[in-house]
Order: sequence, then C-alpha cells, then structure tokens
Amino acid sequence: MGQVLIVAECQDGRLSDATQELIGRGRELAQATGGTVTLAAFGEGARDALRDADADVAVVVNGDGVQQYNPEVYEEALAAMVEDRQPALVLLSNTTMGMDLGASLAARQARPMVAYCTALWRDDDALLATSQIYGGKLAADVEVPDGAVVTVIPGSWPAAGSSGSPRIEEMPSPAAAHTRVLKVMEAESGGDVDITRADILVSVGRGLQDPDNLELADQLAEALGGVVSCSRPVVDAGWLPRSRQVGKSGKTVKPKLYFALGISGAPEHLQGMKDAELIVAVNSDENAPIFEVAHYGATVDILDLMPALTERLEGRAG
Amino acid sequence: MKIAVLMKDVPDLVEELEVEDGALPLDDMSFVPSEWDDQALEEALLMKEEADVEVTAVAIDTGDVDNMLFTALAKGADRAVKLVGDFSRTLPNRLRARLFAQYCQAQAIDVVLTGVQAIDDLDGQIAGLVAGLTGRAHASVVRDVHIEGSQVTCVQEYSGGKMAEMQLAVPAVLGIQAARKPPRYVTIAKVRQIQKSATLEEVEAEAGTAPLVTVRRIYKPEAAGHAEMWGDDVDAVAESIVRLLEDKKLLRS
Repeated sequence: MGQVLIVAECQDGRLSDATQELIGRGRELAQATGGTVTLAAFGEGARDALRDADADVAVVVNGDGVQQYNPEVYEEALAAMVEDRQPALVLLSNTTMGMDLGASLAARQARPMVAYCTALWRDDDALLATSQIYGGKLAADVEVPDGAVVTVIPGSWPAAGSSGSPRIEEMPSPAAAHTRVLKVMEAESGGDVDITRADILVSVGRGLQDPDNLELADQLAEALGGVVSCSRPVVDAGWLPRSRQVGKSGKTVKPKLYFALGISGAPEHLQGMKDAELIVAVNSDENAPIFEVAHYGATVDILDLMPALTERLEGRAG
Repeated sequence: MKIAVLMKDVPDLVEELEVEDGALPLDDMSFVPSEWDDQALEEALLMKEEADVEVTAVAIDTGDVDNMLFTALAKGADRAVKLVGDFSRTLPNRLRARLFAQYCQAQAIDVVLTGVQAIDDLDGQIAGLVAGLTGRAHASVVRDVHIEGSQVTCVQEYSGGKMAEMQLAVPAVLGIQAARKPPRYVTIAKVRQIQKSATLEEVEAEAGTAPLVTVRRIYKPEAAGHAEMWGDDVDAVAESIVRLLEDKKLLRS
C-alpha cells in the first residue's frame, strides 16, 4: 500500500475520537506494507491538534475559507490533494463531513467507494472492509480496490494509542464560489430539560405510534424520577423538541438507566446511548438491533407496558 | 425553477431478512420507498407550496417503481419520470448515480433533492455521487430547504445537535435528512385514481461504467452481545423491571 490519506476532524482543539480511530487503523495498514500516513486537516486550530498525531505528513489547509466547515471549500482542497498525491486509500469518518465529501470526492475522482465501514483489514493480498447495511441488520464484506474512498462509522474500533511528529505542510484554502455558510448554531442547549444530565431516561421511538401516547411515557418518567427522551423519528414527526433527541444528530447520553421503548436501534441512535450504565429495551421486533446493546429486553407492546409499570411503581411508592 | 426528487425503493425492513448463499434473495422480497427519499419528496412538495417550482419525481426502473411514482404524483408532484433500460434490482449506486446525473444534466434541473442515505447504499450515497458527477454545489444531512431567487438556503446538521445555515447557488444537490413536516399520507384510492388519469414519463437511459466494488458475502452480523430477554407477558415484564431497579438501587425510596 502506498499512501493512506486520512481526512481529520477537530473538536475543541483536538483531533476527534473518530479521527484517532482512522489514524490507528490507517497506520497499521500502512506499516504492514511500507506505506505512509498523511493527514488532511483544516483551519488554524488544526495545527496544534495534529502536532503529535501518528502520521508522516499533515497537510493543513488554511485561510478565510476554512474558518468554518464549508463542503465546497473542503472538497476542492481534498480533490487537489488526492489529485496531487494519488493515495492508495482515502479514509473519512461517517460524520456529516464524511457524508458530504466521501461520495462526491469518489465520484469526481472516479474512485471506488465503500460506505458505512465497521471493519477494515488485510486478507492475503486484498484489503477488505465490512460495511454495515440494512439499518445494521446485515453486514457485507467488500473488497476495497486500490485508490478507494472509505467512510468509517465512528466507534468501530479503538482509537490510536500511538503518537508521532508529522511533517506539517501548508496549503492555501480554495475560495468558495457557490456555497456560503451564513451562520453556525450551537446545539440547542437544554430546552425545557437537559437530557445529558438525567440519571434516568425514558426514551421513546416510532413504536409510540401517536403523540397522544406521550402522556404514558411522561407518567412513567415521573414515576421513575426520570426524563423523557426520544429517537430521531419522534422529533421529525414534531412530537418532541430536538433538545430531547438521542443519537448521532442529537445528544450523546450516559445515564444510569436508559429505557428504550419502541426504538429499533438504528446505528445512528445506538451511537448516542450505547454507553449507558443499564439499558432496558422493549420492542415488538425480537430481531431489533437495540437488543444487541441492551442488557435486558422484552417484546411486549410498550403501550401496555408503560401504564402497567407506572402503576406498579406508584403502588410501591404509595 | 425545476426540482427533481431522486427516489429508489429498498427492501422492507419490517420483513425478516433471510440471506441465501451470501446474498439477499431480492426477487422474493417486498420493497418500499427509501424513507429518506420520502422525506426529500415531502420537502420538495413543501417548497412548491411557497415558490414557483415544478417538482419531478425520478426513479430507475429496477423493478416495480410505478406505484412509488404514482404515489408521488398523488401527493402533489407535477411529473413522474421512470428511467428505463436493462436494469436489475442489484444495480449499484454508482451506476444509479450516473443515470440520475445524466437525467439532471439533460433536463437542466435546478435543485436536486434526494434522501441523505438509503439502507443499501454501501458504495456511496446518491446525493454526493450525483454532485460529484455533475460538479454541482451540494450539501448533505440537510433540512429546511427554501428557494431564494437563484439560491437555495438550508440547514445542515452536524453531530451532537450543532448546525449551520447555508446558502448554495443553483444548480445544487441536497441530501435530505428530514422534511419540515412528516411525509404526507395519500389513500390507496387516490393513488389508483391518479393511475387512471396520469402517465409516467419514460426516458431511455444507459448506465455505462463506473468504479465498482465487489461484495464477497452478505450476512447477519454476529451480535457482540444480546439482552437477557424477559418474555412477552406484560405483568411479568413489569415485575422483572421493578425487581431489577430495586437490585440496582434505581428506585426512589
């Protein structure tokens, strides 16, 4: 393998965990074949973040265009880097940036692509990836051709433990001709409640069926001394505010107890709650992925269970 | 302004997914519109309510997509186009993207909306692929799309609830995460009525070639763990939960 190009993302002045994961595996793959690791990073703050990253070269794109994330600017810079360096493998995290840039970069550079990668390994002479498909219900082992772009689901393997001192190269930021970022908005803080601070979350999903049934979840949360949270479809349906959403595009929570009620466990949801201390899942589909991260589970109807459980808890308290 | 909504149907996850010889027997499965494409269609129809736009639903004839397209017409799309040719259910996204890209360029589509992802797009998401092939401005994981003159504005979601308001010059491609409202419902009777009065436009298309990947096998992943299951009796489950919470000292005293 020649060069592994890793698109780095920074958070709070440091490389994101997802980027550290890419660096660890990228280094392993490069080392096995005498290849090198190059990081592509954006913005002035990236320089400090990647100073001791385990890479041979770090290209820092700097200038007005990268003060905040702009898909057009980032893609132009990456396309130029890929064109110039001809990497054998391009790795991105399956974040908004990876969803934005992975496929478009692959298409404009006529490179093959593997999305939703959860494992990446060498088997004899072939590089293979496992891709998570069908909402996490199935996996596909895919041959990764030379030059491929691969987007990796964060948390798929441990982050790099090693460090290095990459040679820093500067690259001026391309200009944005067609795309403008007007305003960056921080996460809605708290809303009526801050679900990241709750010890007990009663989290509801599509299985709730009707917004009128939210009352059952509220009553259960009240009996438990907890707070109601939810999966994405409940927010998209307008039943609960975005501040209550758990998952990739919502909040990451680590409560003492996470009740997943009528939540199937799409990968995007699991990303936000899998580290809860105790997970109890109730879903009518016994094959729902939520049962793979839950400690305890049942396949009863949540609309029957919620009032039955509330009644028991209230009876016990009373 | 012309909006195209690129749609595809995918296996219905409500059904049990059975793998045979390392592959999915797609011919035996039932298909439903990809839920994110449904969101993209809804967003386009909402845009139509507030600006002078023509909405065209576009799908590739890889099986029975007629019902999906007639449903789009019943919901309010102005036109429905089926790209026809020798296409199978297993048509990779890279080739799908080529077909969609050719159509969008030939028809001078101003704004392309499609789902941010689909459950089976292991070789890349359609929005990014079409954008890369056509050289159009693009953004994925977006919602709240509005037309403002020759621009579109939208909100792009980042991880953890952070987001950005963006403006893109048309022609543009957007990967829709969610519509502003839940996708509208139309009755089967209304779809049938449309089937009698409207026709799907058929456009001959050829996929050509694209850099593809080889799938060695598809399988059910081995679960890293599994919940201890409590069965299906509501009272017994409620009792088990109370006992567990007592053990873990999670009940209010």
